[in-house]
Amino acid sequence: MSSNPDSNEVLVRIRDLHFSRGNRKIFNGVNLDIRRGKVTAIMGPSGTGKTTLLKLIGGQLKPDQGSIQVDGLEVPKLKVSQLYELRKRIGMLFQSGALLTDINVFDNVAFPIREHTKMPPAMIRDMVLMKLESVGLRNARDLMPSELSGGMARRVALARAIALDPMMILYDEPFTGQDPISMGVIVQLIRLLNDALGLTSIVVSHDVQETATIADSIYVLSEGKVVGHGTPQELAETDSDWVKQFMQGLPDGPVPFHYPGVQYADDLLAGSEQSRVD
Amino acid sequence: MVETIRKLGRWGLGGFERLGRAHIFLFHTLMGVPSVFIRFGLLVQQMMSVGVLSLLIIVVSGLFVGMVLGLQGYNTLVDFGAEQSLGVVVALSLVRELGPVVAGLLFAGRAGSALTAEIGLMKSTEQLSGMEMMAVDPFKRVIAPRFLAGFISLPLLATIFSAIGVIGGYFVGVGLLGVDDGAFWSQMQAKVDFSEDIMNGVIKSIVFGFVVTWIAVFEGYDCVPTSEGVSRATTRTVVHSALAILSLDFVLTALMFGNI
Ligand SMILES: Nc1ncnc2c1ncn2[C@@H]1O[C@H](COP(=O)(O)OP(=O)(O)O)[C@@H](O)[C@H]1O
Ligand SMILES: [Mg+2]
Repeated sequence: MSSNPDSNEVLVRIRDLHFSRGNRKIFNGVNLDIRRGKVTAIMGPSGTGKTTLLKLIGGQLKPDQGSIQVDGLEVPKLKVSQLYELRKRIGMLFQSGALLTDINVFDNVAFPIREHTKMPPAMIRDMVLMKLESVGLRNARDLMPSELSGGMARRVALARAIALDPMMILYDEPFTGQDPISMGVIVQLIRLLNDALGLTSIVVSHDVQETATIADSIYVLSEGKVVGHGTPQELAETDSDWVKQFMQGLPDGPVPFHYPGVQYADDLLAGSEQSRVD
Repeated sequence: MVETIRKLGRWGLGGFERLGRAHIFLFHTLMGVPSVFIRFGLLVQQMMSVGVLSLLIIVVSGLFVGMVLGLQGYNTLVDFGAEQSLGVVVALSLVRELGPVVAGLLFAGRAGSALTAEIGLMKSTEQLSGMEMMAVDPFKRVIAPRFLAGFISLPLLATIFSAIGVIGGYFVGVGLLGVDDGAFWSQMQAKVDFSEDIMNGVIKSIVFGFVVTWIAVFEGYDCVPTSEGVSRATTRTVVHSALAILSLDFVLTALMFGNI
């Protein structure tokens, strides 16, 4: 490993990753490098396994084969206690926010602090307010999660994800289902927090435009493999048909508009033949 | 035909697999139980929501069941001139059988289904996954406190059910039908044995509490994380709990009172 000149720069290193669910292969030899201090986007159509990839990085799932290293630690080989230590240094923003629904905003953000530190209440209060301030929701601290809009819920979840000052944050589809304003807010926040707190961010998304504006580098996944990799600029000028279709959102291309099966004409003919038989 | 057999086989295998998962789940839950005593507040909170939620339905049902027992018991006993023994009949039926069984069934319907729905919802909204990623073990934080709360609550609720039922029987027998007050209580006191009757009833309710809560938290944890999955799991909790209670009741009764 030390022979690699940039091994210090890479926070997450994935090599030859294989993973299947039942008979379905989700990953079939994926290689990825996530650099320290950067915002790296992982893109691909729904169902390619983006969420699965984040769960593999967080150690919630185990790969069938291959290596996943986070900060030099081989995640699938960690003992439960080591894994939990590692997770304290990783914040994750779930697609749904995953706020605890029976406690209010303040307690949600305080939750990881109370679970993992023995800080006195006054200090916890200061820390929570600081985190809430950084996402602009300090005055929403007494609301219950059910009273928050989708965008606010995601910002609270973000405040909670940075509560323990992690080294890395994983974002699962942070833009999906947001109105344009809260989308803009979240796009800004991801970049801002990454640079201000010196984090490393992994953004999983299928929203090409938003992701391209903040990512330093993008990996495009399809059918269990990395099919494109580069800066947003490089990918925009790609000559791969598939990546072009995905990045530009074209309805037809290598990924067909029609679900594969019988040809339309044959289907119609079959219908008229049947009526003749009847 | 072959397809039917194949389906039957798959169904059987699936059942065994679930049973295996349920036991692994139980193991993890029990491993999480010691940590509940460190965070005692969590347990108290769950006892409030699990136990107190079921209290009203337990009290009201206990009263009516006791009153029915008083009526039916009197009608039978009066033919033999034995209506003085009404207190014994009411108390024994409640303490040995109806207390644990009916309280268990009501508990499964009220608290068990609520537990399943709550945990299932936490799963489908990624709250459990979220906790894991925050390095908090959901078994310690969510599952074990609920399991313990249910396990402790049911025996208490069954006891309350029996006690209220006796009062209901007293109300009908002595208050309405004119059974002698003193005979009602003194015969009960003489014939209901502490270790034979009361303890056996308590053991039953402890077993039911264990099984019902286990089913409820497992179904929630194991559900398909969609709204449909959660509602199915909730139904399964009630059905499986009822079957478990009634079949275990037979086994326990046979062991305790059957002279087998
Ligand atoms: N718990 C699960 N059990 C079985 N299959 C799953 C489960 N979670 C996800 N999958 C399947 O794995 C594939 C990848 O899912 P996911 O990682 O959620 O995709 P993405 O986040 O890219 O939309 C999907 O086809 C999905 O149906
Ligand atoms: Mg996803």
